[in-house]
Amino acid sequence: MAYKCVVLIKQVPDTKRITGEAMSDDGTVNRSALPAIFNPEDLNALELALQIKDKFCGKVTVVTMGPLAAAAVLRDSLFRGADDAILITDLKCAASDTLATSYILSCAVKKFDYDIVLCGRQAIDGDTAQVGPQLAEKLGIPQITYVEELMELNGKNITARRSIGAGWQQVKTALPVLLTVTGDANEPRVAAAKKMMKYKKARTAGEVEREVRSQRTEDRGQKTEGSEEEIKSLIEQKCSELSEKGLLIKQWDLDFLGADLTWCGRSGSPTKVHRIQSVVLAAKESKNIEPSDKGIADMIHELIEDKTIA
Amino acid sequence: MIRVNKQGEVWVFGEQHRGRLEDTPIELMSKGRRLADTLGVKLATVVLGNGVGDLATKLIHYGADKVYVAEHPLLGTYQTNSYAKVMFDLIHKYEPQIVLYGATITGRDLAPRIASAAKAGLTADCTDLQIGDHRTQDDKLHKNLMFQIRPAFGGNIIATIINYDRWPQMATVREGVMPPPEPDVTRRGEVITEKVQLTQQDLPLEILAEHKRPKKVNLKTARIIIAGGAGVGSRENFKLIWDLANCLGAAPAASRAAVDLGFIDKDHQVGQTGTTVRPVLYIAVGISGAIQHQAGMSQSQKIVAINNDPEAPIFQVAHYKIVGDLNVVVPRMIKGIKEKK
Repeated sequence: MAYKCVVLIKQVPDTKRITGEAMSDDGTVNRSALPAIFNPEDLNALELALQIKDKFCGKVTVVTMGPLAAAAVLRDSLFRGADDAILITDLKCAASDTLATSYILSCAVKKFDYDIVLCGRQAIDGDTAQVGPQLAEKLGIPQITYVEELMELNGKNITARRSIGAGWQQVKTALPVLLTVTGDANEPRVAAAKKMMKYKKARTAGEVEREVRSQRTEDRGQKTEGSEEEIKSLIEQKCSELSEKGLLIKQWDLDFLGADLTWCGRSGSPTKVHRIQSVVLAAKESKNIEPSDKGIADMIHELIEDKTIA
Repeated sequence: MIRVNKQGEVWVFGEQHRGRLEDTPIELMSKGRRLADTLGVKLATVVLGNGVGDLATKLIHYGADKVYVAEHPLLGTYQTNSYAKVMFDLIHKYEPQIVLYGATITGRDLAPRIASAAKAGLTADCTDLQIGDHRTQDDKLHKNLMFQIRPAFGGNIIATIINYDRWPQMATVREGVMPPPEPDVTRRGEVITEKVQLTQQDLPLEILAEHKRPKKVNLKTARIIIAGGAGVGSRENFKLIWDLANCLGAAPAASRAAVDLGFIDKDHQVGQTGTTVRPVLYIAVGISGAIQHQAGMSQSQKIVAINNDPEAPIFQVAHYKIVGDLNVVVPRMIKGIKEKK
């Protein structure tokens, strides 16, 4: 039996490479100064979905919510073997916390006929691990979090092994189900050269528009400026060309999703930021110790005197 | 949705497995006590399970004014849906203003499910909680909110999160960051038994097997920790860490880099993705001290850092800085300690 998998992915700033430039004086993070990457555990979720497809046939659809630039992780998913990709982008999504995000994603996932929804365990920018379970609740389906291994799929049921910290649990449930996948689950495959050749030109409608408009701006001065209508028809034409080749990445907004705006963005987010501070860790008093026998012996003496060493 | 109310209690989820209380609810009792006292409300713990009533006394000794006990044969083993349903019903019935969970695997599986059903806010992995006021941009003052303080962006920033327009205020709290209170066996409190209605429908999962292995080391309770990093160089050379730990009766630990390199088992990992520790003495050997590592150990009372790079960030948090070759310094320390003893 073939399985329909929907994988939710996120483009994140590479928080392991934060340098001084990425931090502003007021302690906020300048996201644009950081390289944007495919959230690592989302790659494990995608890999698990692709393995299911390899073994049982079916379809893998990837969905992300974010700005136009997030289309990069959708293309990357297509390079690795995903069949379809959807970008949810809308200014009204801005300031969504995990609850609002899970609501918006649930509106999108409900548009599909699905057997398995997969997410990475958590994203490295927030480390919350909340959107997966929140989404499962909104979809009204069971969740298996911290999945380390898929053990069995038999058409109706799924059996998986999940981590419980020091140890594991083997869990079975009926489909449909939502899984959150850990980094221990698999080694994500790399992009396939053929697919890369095919999908490197894949674009969302928003990207097409941006490319056409910036092209127009560059051409100014040499040619007469085209009217807005001309630009629009050019965009439409390019989009339909891409669509014919199967290279148009679907772009959905909240209106298309039929989302209730009360539950999106700021108004849909109960949590708010009160304050952001940069981390300045410093010992109150510190001493330099010479690495000599005497220096070390003196330090040990001091630690014994103040009862640090019993 | 629960209306904002200032009389609501402070709740701690009393995570237990097979009748054994986890460390996190106890760790949360001292902070929970402080929040409840500041707000002038009661501190309550909620225990779900089957045959877990005797945990109530213990929780009262640790500081709870009230313990809600919800028992049912179908609550014998933790499952997301059944536990979320019971918690959701109790939250609706009693309208607590604050609900805290340990950021354990169970807490992180359960709390978001409840938050989604209750359409309430939830902040993950807090390292501190305080009560404070917040003024919104339209100059409205919200008094006595729970400040939910947590590292974000891989530990590079500390965010204070609040919610003021929807209750309850919920947070999961990192394991090991809050010291457990001393129990007081003379404390008395109220035990409230809750009727629970569940059917097999509320248990979509079948737990086929479970294997719990004891952790190889308990870093959370260690008085002294000796941690090695990538600078130690090899699994063989990690013997230096074990030797130093042995002669101090300390627990051996490691940075993520050392674990990833296979020098030692993951149970020994300290930091953002490992264990958070606050020992009396922390000796960091060959650890550069990435912010993710510091997040897990900077609250140690005394920190000794040994590194050959004088610019290593670990020195920013160290009380004793030793710039030198660990292969020379560590044997000298072992010798020095043996002589003193």
